[in-house]
Amino acid sequence: MTMPNTQPRRSQSRKLDWGIVNTIARRDLAMLLRSKGVLLPIIVLPLLLQVAMPAAIGLLTPSMNAAQEMQDLQRFLTMMPEQMKRQFATYNEAQTLVVFMLVYMFAPLFLILPMMTASVIAAGSFAGEKERKTLEPLLYTPATDTELMLGKVLSAWIPAIVVGSVGFLIYSIVVNLASWETMQHVFFPTAMWGVLIVWLAPAAAALGLGTIVLVSSKVSTFQDASQLGSTVVLPVILLVVGQAAGVLYLSPGLVFAIGLVLWAVDAVVFWFAVKTFRRTEIIARL
Amino acid sequence: MQYDAEIIQTRSLSRRFGDTTAVDALTLDIYRGEVFGFLGHNGAGKTTTVRLLNGILGPTAGSCRVLGLDPVSEGSALRRQTGVLTESPSLEERLTAREILFLYGRMYGVDPDRLVARVTVLLGEFGLEDRADEVAGSYSKGMRQRLALARTLIHNPSVLFLDEPTAGLDPVGQRDVHELVVQLSQESGRTIFLCTHDLVEAQKLCHRVAVMQRGQLVAMGTPEGLAQELQQGVHLEITTDACPPNDALVGLPVITDSSDRLSAFSWDESTHTAGVWLSTREAIPSLVAALVTAGIHIYRVTPVEPTLEDVYFAINDRSTGDHAKHPTP
Ligand SMILES: Nc1ncnc2c1ncn2[C@@H]1O[C@H](COP(=O)(O)OP(=O)(O)OP(=O)(O)O)[C@@H](O)[C@H]1O
Ligand SMILES: [Mg+2]
Repeated sequence: MTMPNTQPRRSQSRKLDWGIVNTIARRDLAMLLRSKGVLLPIIVLPLLLQVAMPAAIGLLTPSMNAAQEMQDLQRFLTMMPEQMKRQFATYNEAQTLVVFMLVYMFAPLFLILPMMTASVIAAGSFAGEKERKTLEPLLYTPATDTELMLGKVLSAWIPAIVVGSVGFLIYSIVVNLASWETMQHVFFPTAMWGVLIVWLAPAAAALGLGTIVLVSSKVSTFQDASQLGSTVVLPVILLVVGQAAGVLYLSPGLVFAIGLVLWAVDAVVFWFAVKTFRRTEIIARL
Repeated sequence: MQYDAEIIQTRSLSRRFGDTTAVDALTLDIYRGEVFGFLGHNGAGKTTTVRLLNGILGPTAGSCRVLGLDPVSEGSALRRQTGVLTESPSLEERLTAREILFLYGRMYGVDPDRLVARVTVLLGEFGLEDRADEVAGSYSKGMRQRLALARTLIHNPSVLFLDEPTAGLDPVGQRDVHELVVQLSQESGRTIFLCTHDLVEAQKLCHRVAVMQRGQLVAMGTPEGLAQELQQGVHLEITTDACPPNDALVGLPVITDSSDRLSAFSWDESTHTAGVWLSTREAIPSLVAALVTAGIHIYRVTPVEPTLEDVYFAINDRSTGDHAKHPTP
């Protein structure tokens, strides 16, 4: 045997082994499904967001003091974009209120669901595992840094998509049922929501996740990671405010465009994540 | 023992963390089939060395090769052939023993057709079959360590790193691990890198040992060789009927202190045993003859073999200011 090669060589990039990625993802998913601490918020948040709130709005609308609230709404709606006003032309006042709230105002709020789900799970599987020190044996396996990261990313992204889709289904049912008295027909989901669920929500989930991956290389506890990671919901708040102020109208086209922007941001975030997720860095900060 | 190839080579391998030098210019060769003991106090740099040798931490200077591979650039290929028992078992607490073994089997690329059999064998060998389908979080410390060991062995690694494998185990658990190490080292030229601060363990199991101190290699060799090298002269225990007169020792190469008084002599009244330190082995017959001439009845003369423990403390005593930072285990 020759003397050790003192020339530092570039890291060998062997072909990505999806079997290993899959194994890591399944490991993390199995642990997740048995962890009450993480599962609980994942179940409580949708219940609040997808059931309690829309049900309250749908059920309370008919009994509202028509005169006063509806006048306020009328004034408010005059500020809305033309496209939205045209939408409301065929609706009476109560119907307008229901559609405005449950179709438009709830759309950006809905994005919080996949985003937070992905963030909470990722904070557990990246920072949390570092904290619990169960990461080290995994780092000693042949899995490459990219495989480790992808496996962990998938184990957070897939549940986020599932929770988002299930939440959407529940929401669709609750909205139609609770507002039946007012609407008298199935008005939900709309085309915009279709684009939102299929195209925008996965991108939003990926953003929440990518942020956690970046953040958890810098922090060492689950707490810190989830706190820093929760800042990703800020853009969502912007969407809500933008719509309430009449600056934005979430048409299917706009939702698609926002999704496009998010996917682009995701690409940048994950490019950095792949570059920064190094087991040698993780172990040095353990 | 005849060694055919270096399995682990390090050349001036160093790793710093800020102001701490965890591993300082470490140069060593470890050969196929060796059980190599890596001794040192807390913070000596044992765990850091294991991490460097497996490429999960990068060196700040120097280099190393394991199985001819560079851990930094060929870590993935290398880790297929190494197994590491980490300092704490670090088990997936919410998974069962069986799940954990399957999981790591797949991670290490064990042939899926053989994995079921392999898992069953390991569960049996490590006495885990009865509770194989309970989550690891419910296991006792000894069971956790056994499961961690089974996990380390799932892919039959040719180089095994054991980081303090007996720490915190009861005597039976320790003996089991010792027997396992012996058995594993006898299988097909497997090399074992054993980190420990248990000297008795090192002496019992290791062909060669290295003693580390604050990241530096301070001694290396066979346990016996090291002990002899550091021990000054020969230590004898002589059981007699009475305390031997000092003049029996006059003229013999007895170890003396700076004032030329006989310092290396002791007498234990309860066992009637005298301890004598001679500077050469050749002086033993003369000493016995002198004692007999002085009319003393000798019942037994026993050479006291120096232990690794003596070496360890001799080295530690030589370096000053160490104990403040690193309390003795
Ligand atoms: N990630 C890290 N960041 C900062 N310092 C570190 C890190 N890892 C190790 N060190 C320091 O390097 C030194 C060697 O640590 P190491 O864990 O290798 O020692 P050890 O011999 O394994 O000790 P022990 O017997 O306690 O396990 C210690 O002073 C430790 O504090
Ligand atoms: Mg250690």
